[in-house]
Amino acid sequence: MNKAKKNDWVKIHNIILGPEERAPQVPEDTKKVPLELWVKGYLIDEKAEIGDTVVVKTVTGRRVSGSLIEIEPSFNHDFGSYVKELAYIGPGLRELLKGGEHRE
Amino acid sequence: MSKDMSYAAVMARKGEIMKKAVGLDYEQFERDGIVFDYEAMMTGTGYSLEDVIDIQRASCVSQTPLYEMKNLTKLARMYAAEGKGARIFIKDEAANPSGSFKVRRAAISVHHAKKLGYKGVIAATSGNYGAAVASQAAMHGLDCIILQECYDSKGKGQPEIIEKARKCEAFGAEVVQLSVGPELFYTFLRLLEETGYFNASLYTPFGIAGVESLGYELAEQMKALEGKYPDAVVVTNAGGGNLTGTARGLKKAGANETEIIGASVDLSGLHMASDEQFNKKSFTTGHTGFGIPFTTWPDRSDVPRSAARPLRYIDRYVTISQGEVFYMTESLAQVEGMERGPAGNTSLAAAFAIAKEMDEDQIIVVQETEYTGAGKHIAPQLSFAKENGIAVLVGDPKDNIPGQNIILPENPGLISIKNLDLNRIRKSYIKNALHGRLDDTLSANEMNYIEEETRADSDFISLVINELRSE
Repeated sequence: MNKAKKNDWVKIHNIILGPEERAPQVPEDTKKVPLELWVKGYLIDEKAEIGDTVVVKTVTGRRVSGSLIEIEPSFNHDFGSYVKELAYIGPGLRELLKGGEHRE
Repeated sequence: MSKDMSYAAVMARKGEIMKKAVGLDYEQFERDGIVFDYEAMMTGTGYSLEDVIDIQRASCVSQTPLYEMKNLTKLARMYAAEGKGARIFIKDEAANPSGSFKVRRAAISVHHAKKLGYKGVIAATSGNYGAAVASQAAMHGLDCIILQECYDSKGKGQPEIIEKARKCEAFGAEVVQLSVGPELFYTFLRLLEETGYFNASLYTPFGIAGVESLGYELAEQMKALEGKYPDAVVVTNAGGGNLTGTARGLKKAGANETEIIGASVDLSGLHMASDEQFNKKSFTTGHTGFGIPFTTWPDRSDVPRSAARPLRYIDRYVTISQGEVFYMTESLAQVEGMERGPAGNTSLAAAFAIAKEMDEDQIIVVQETEYTGAGKHIAPQLSFAKENGIAVLVGDPKDNIPGQNIILPENPGLISIKNLDLNRIRKSYIKNALHGRLDDTLSANEMNYIEEETRADSDFISLVINELRSE
């Protein structure tokens, strides 16, 4: 989906501080990159495409301008991949518990 | 004329913005020199412990269960000397509406904001506190903005932080996400200025008063259950509020003999404001990256004076590695049937190690758990670590190097804590508190103040000042 219309739920992106405007105490690697911001809201413009500069109304009613990066953004975080390194823990402990009261 | 929004200009307006946003004039607690009246600030909230308990009950917060971890206790005893291995209890704070103890803080802050007539609240946090403020704001009909440090410059974010954004949105909050850097605070000030909302900071006296009920409740529950107060309580330590509030609550209940142990995940060597290292850590809170700076200098937060002052209460401070906390999180699920979030289990892993040193008839309490779910779970966090080049190994956690590997202990006997030298931390605190004033003599009030802040005697403090002079 590349095109959004008024009132669509969208995500926008902004540069808050360029690398040269960053705080003095920032470490060197961080100073090389800008401070970026992402926020979601309902599109105020009649229509827009990904990459356009748009204005949104956030859920608290703030109007924020930025570059349109996602239309109807969703969460995709999950339970990750199978972690084989964890597999021994449960069976190992249950075995120990069955074995009773031994002390080292 | 529009206001100057440059970093320097906004930071220069900090005092004025903050005064409006917390409705509290911190100047009134300042005394001569470096002294400020902490207790006056804490009682100046106008909320007694009884008020706090009433407000929280009316907000569906608190009264969480206290459970005995019999299988974990049994396992600890297998690796302890004869007669050793304290009983491990856990206070299930995940049972709160937002899934963590942080809502105790949020309940008082949001109540206070509403009482003062603020239309909304703002908090800068990537963690459980954001969800807590959003949850309370939803319950009490206030607008809410949560500001979080979320992505590195490649747009990659910790799964745990993404999950927190989802949860805040689920409670109807606006989530503003930023890339890595301390200028989060600058953006926070801009938002406060723009909206006129209340600064629901973690570090106001309202927030800390909210945690007192946790320590108090825990003491009362243990007394009812076992006829005595716990011998030790382990608190995950980051910004210091959890430890400060819990300790104050325990003391208000009369549990003066209970040892207060702070525990942080060891992330030494990683720079918290580094874009490259941001995603090399697998814990976003409860780690030494917050624990050490906030203990050695509490007044670095988003309010002029922090109400979280852990050195006033901490009896012992220990660290534990990431792998040990992940292992204990899996153990809690596998042998106790309780699936809880990893960050909250920092103190559980430490308690497991410390229980082995204590007598069998003693009681050690882990004072919080947190919710778990997609993103906020050991599997996605370990998957994310691997994607970021961290080796996940099974072995001896002593070989762990934060940012390079995560070592899951081969067996529970390898879970051990490192004791931090509290006198070194006190020295660092004294250095920070003096602000370079090494040549002056301290007034009697100032000396007294440092004694209260560090719980050290004047001889120790004088010795440290002499050492600092010669460095």
